Amino acid sequence: MSTPQALAAGSLPPTAPRRNESSASWRLTDRLGLGFAWFLGLLFCVITAAIVIYLFVQGIRYLRPSLLVTNPSAGFTESQTGGFLDPLIDTVVIAVMSMAIAVPIGIAIAVWLSEFGRPPVLARIVESTVEMLAGTPSILLALFGTLLFEAPWLGFLSRTSGGVVFGRSFFAAAAMLSLLALPLVVSSVREGLQAIPSHVREASYAVGKTKTATTRRVLLPAARPSVLTGTMLGLGRVIGDTAIVVLLLGNTLTNDPSGSAPILSALRGTGSTLTSYVFYNAPTGDGDQPGKAYAAAFVLLLMVLALNVGVDIVGRRGTALRWNS
Amino acid sequence: MEFLTPPPVRRLTGPEGEPQRRAGSDPGGRSNGNGNGNGNGSRSPVFVGGRARVAPATIAIDRMQVEDVSVDYGRKRAVSGVSLPIRQGEVLALIGPSGCGKTTLLRSLNRLTELTRTASSQGRITLDGVDIATIEPTALRRRVTMVFQQPNPFPMSVFDNVAYVLREQASRRPKKRALEGAVHEALSRAGLLDEVRDDLDHPALRLSGGQQQRLCIARALAANPEVLLLDEPCSALDPQSTQVIEDLIVKLREDVAVVIVTHNLQQAFRVADYVAFMYLGELVEYASATQLFSAPGEQRTRDYVSGAFG
Repeated sequence: MSTPQALAAGSLPPTAPRRNESSASWRLTDRLGLGFAWFLGLLFCVITAAIVIYLFVQGIRYLRPSLLVTNPSAGFTESQTGGFLDPLIDTVVIAVMSMAIAVPIGIAIAVWLSEFGRPPVLARIVESTVEMLAGTPSILLALFGTLLFEAPWLGFLSRTSGGVVFGRSFFAAAAMLSLLALPLVVSSVREGLQAIPSHVREASYAVGKTKTATTRRVLLPAARPSVLTGTMLGLGRVIGDTAIVVLLLGNTLTNDPSGSAPILSALRGTGSTLTSYVFYNAPTGDGDQPGKAYAAAFVLLLMVLALNVGVDIVGRRGTALRWNS
Repeated sequence: MEFLTPPPVRRLTGPEGEPQRRAGSDPGGRSNGNGNGNGNGSRSPVFVGGRARVAPATIAIDRMQVEDVSVDYGRKRAVSGVSLPIRQGEVLALIGPSGCGKTTLLRSLNRLTELTRTASSQGRITLDGVDIATIEPTALRRRVTMVFQQPNPFPMSVFDNVAYVLREQASRRPKKRALEGAVHEALSRAGLLDEVRDDLDHPALRLSGGQQQRLCIARALAANPEVLLLDEPCSALDPQSTQVIEDLIVKLREDVAVVIVTHNLQQAFRVADYVAFMYLGELVEYASATQLFSAPGEQRTRDYVSGAFG
């Protein structure tokens, strides 16, 4: 890398300032292709920016601090229908519950796939199952969930009256939402494990450590950035999903506990998250309170943006210290 | 193991009678090599560097015996019918061109080859008279530890890297306090303690490459092994770190049997007492370093050490 000054002072003859290759010498088709690529790239930027800016403007216009601390209530005008305290809390609760299921299982699957994976046939089956799960529309999972959680033997997870299992509860929704996050956790952790050079594993075996000890003390700590990235990606997916929440969380605007046990009753009961709240209040929804929908959507967007920033920071920090392969 | 004062290492004069120089006393010591104004290109061995060989060790205890060992990867034979002794007090260097089976032989000494699914081996290797096939692999690998080509400290603090080896499998016990002495001893045996004394809690991956590799040696020594295997430990390091590690190897040899795989013939000459030259999986020649480099008995050895191939 020589700066112009260095060139002038050095032994090299002075040359014209270097410029990047100009596309003026390209063939017409290449130039058209380049133009098209630019057009598409800018178009997507514009569309994304439009969505974000629109939601920001609308959100700031409609979001009042009072909306964050009041519960939805019945009413005809926007001033009567209250805020979205419960949906906000439920979003966090559902996200935590789903990840509490998805992260340990996801790590376990990733470790098995990357470190054990025998017999290979079974590994291939698990791999394609996880991939298939990643491609399954969440509405199908939701539908399956309604079927599954209405089963009598799972009645303890939701409201039951007269032998009929209602099948909608935080447990049901979190269980199905965790399936959405699972493939993201698995692929991220697996990538992280596979990025560890094999000589690092062998170094641990070479001082008499077992595979289990190596995995726990060396490989998983080394893959921690990937675990965090996978968790954040999964969280984003869980927070943003609507279908499962609408079908499996009961879609009651406020929390409707079932039973009398302090926390368990709330989790066995129904509620709604920000996404289902937006769904309900959108101009096409049952509630039709667009102002509330915009305010809730704005809060949701902020949460997802924060997660994206988190993924970025974690990913960057994770690459700071590495081995040579 | 007691190692408060390092064992004395006698330094002789170089093979040509020129006084021995270390980088400490001669800043250009390592780089002047053959072109040291002597025109010694015609002498044998031709590649003697600025540093000369160290004296033979005072002790030699048989530790391992390799008896007619062959290793196959699938249908490909990597090592065929190798027999040689490994002694404490004498550094054994395995040399030979790439793919000649030296690393495979090294890895079969602590049964690391078994991690490769396609590998199979015949023959017998004994450690202190016991067939290693009968020793539990994790127990064996604590007695025959290994250092790799790339420095590979674990993603934890400097202290924990060594403590990890001392603790039972994945356990976090015994606590730090109880292990302090043993960790310090291992670090000082690897000549690293003075440099990292204040940074024991820092991530090991922040150390320099040479320090990382010495940490790996400290880790390997922490298990108090009988045999230390080094797989090209210096090939990823700068000359200065290489010299530190070479000095370390010579210092360690009375304490532990050292086997080193190296591509660097000068290095083999500098640190090894015995050299095994392997070619295409076979052990071509096993002899003392002086003999192998100055008067090799086989034509292939002569060609290799004089740079005809490899």
